[in-house]
Amino acid sequence: MTTLNPQPPATKRPTLGTDRQSHVVADAITMLRRNLLHIVRYPGLSMFTILGPVVILLLVVFVFGGTLGAGLPGVDPAGGRDAYLAYVMPGILLITIAGTASGVAITVAMDMTEGITARFRTMAISRAAVLAGHVLGNTIQAIIAVVLVLGVGLLVGFRPTTGPLEWLAAAGLIVLIAFAVSWIGVAMGMQSKTVETASNLPLILTILPLLGSGFVPTASMPGWLQWFAQYQPFTPFIETIRGLLLGTPLGWNPVLAVGWCVVIAVAGYAWSMVIYELRSVR
Amino acid sequence: MNAPAIEGHGLQKSYGKKVVLDEVDLTVAAGTVTALLGPNGAGKTTTVHILSTLVRPDGGTAFVNGCDVVQNPDGVRAAIGLTGQFSAVDKLLTGEENLLLMARLRHLGERRSKARVAELLEQFDLVEAARKPLATYSGGMQRRLDLAMTLVATPSVIFLDEPTTGLDPRSRHTMWDIVRELVADGTTVLLTTQRLEEADELADRVAVLDGGHIVAEGTPDELKRLVPGGHIRLRFADVAALDSASRLLDQSARDDAGLALTVPSAGGVGALRAVLDRLDAAHLEVDDLSIHTPDLDDVFFALTGKKGTES
Repeated sequence: MTTLNPQPPATKRPTLGTDRQSHVVADAITMLRRNLLHIVRYPGLSMFTILGPVVILLLVVFVFGGTLGAGLPGVDPAGGRDAYLAYVMPGILLITIAGTASGVAITVAMDMTEGITARFRTMAISRAAVLAGHVLGNTIQAIIAVVLVLGVGLLVGFRPTTGPLEWLAAAGLIVLIAFAVSWIGVAMGMQSKTVETASNLPLILTILPLLGSGFVPTASMPGWLQWFAQYQPFTPFIETIRGLLLGTPLGWNPVLAVGWCVVIAVAGYAWSMVIYELRSVR
Repeated sequence: MNAPAIEGHGLQKSYGKKVVLDEVDLTVAAGTVTALLGPNGAGKTTTVHILSTLVRPDGGTAFVNGCDVVQNPDGVRAAIGLTGQFSAVDKLLTGEENLLLMARLRHLGERRSKARVAELLEQFDLVEAARKPLATYSGGMQRRLDLAMTLVATPSVIFLDEPTTGLDPRSRHTMWDIVRELVADGTTVLLTTQRLEEADELADRVAVLDGGHIVAEGTPDELKRLVPGGHIRLRFADVAALDSASRLLDQSARDDAGLALTVPSAGGVGALRAVLDRLDAAHLEVDDLSIHTPDLDDVFFALTGKKGTES
């Protein structure tokens, strides 16, 4: 019979605890590299997150834009289309970011069913690092998507009126929103038992810019909807971007926007960590 | 005397009302191979998943490399490697990228990672396929890559959950050779298998798991001794003869499709003569006769109660 020997186990790996913290960052970067490699090799899903908003942009500007623009307060009906393009662009950019949540949710949901994820769980990798890899990957993807969609906007005549400092601030906020929305996307993907659910759940996010000041001023909506539109996160997001790119009044919107980003990111992080734990240890 | 590398005591696990593991005790000495043998649904994979920190036990304790699987899972994870039943490879990457991913997650450092990956590609005969996407890999290649990924950081304890299921004979033998090399290097291996031949080939000790219990444990030879004489297989020309013989020889198991009868036998000429004499006395013609010395199959069937013989 073998006897229990309590001594060797205690001294086996003394450095493990101190290594942990630095490894979270290194592991997150490793996971990010893996996700970026996936995106580069299989760009189908990413193409969709760019093509969708471009189609919406062209549709609302060229089909509905003349009429919708003429209805904007203080716009000369003759220049309705251009005015509407300027008005809708921030909303389109937000829809672009919201759309990437769907992509990352699908990726995460698929990944959770793969054997490789079970392997990750048997390795001493921080769970936060696995999730952060997805979040960072999607943030980068969202930024690229926003740049491309904005490029199309510029091509069809979108002309921002502000200076480089405002541009920089807008870019910063877009990164922050993309990061926050990515966390929610990851959480939704983690929550979904099937890939189908994962692709549908984030559609809620895509609808939010429509139920805010993205496509029409909230003042034109019925009272109850106005109330919702005013207090949901996408309205300050859109108003801040609009203010930074087109010089409309900002008010408290930048503060609200950053605050919402923090709340959304923290909520998404907590949500996905809890679900990861639940789904990992059965 | 070696401290055990794997130690489980009274492991319990239920999913709802279904009891998967009921008080499983398992000890694997460092540097040895133990095979966990059992039919489908016996609880082999659940046992491996508990020991590899994928599943939390409902009751009991388990230590791997001295670390508690529940209290200190990261300590366990740093010491183990698991190659599961379902391939744990990233199908969107190439073989080389998969190995590099593992090397980075084990924090080998960029230079050592590259060296280790090159070494493993060589060792597992994957050099040519290294830069090809996994879609082009055969089953055996994927399994080899899977195991290579497990071995990137040279873990001291390796779990192999049905490592050769679905492989052709050549790939199976390659896999066996790899396992033998690992053990020669001092790695502890716990492998699950339904193949008794595999347990016989590889394992120092065999634990037979059935219905959530360990029903027997020992070296392959010790287990074979549990069914002392193997059996005699008799084939008859027709069903009538089979019927009569079946009535005549108690403890026999019939195989109607093969018109054959399996009679447990203590071995030796005396026992054989006794059976033949009784058939002779009843004027029953035997078409064909074969004698089986015991292998783990017999042990398995005896222990998991498929033929109703008690050990």
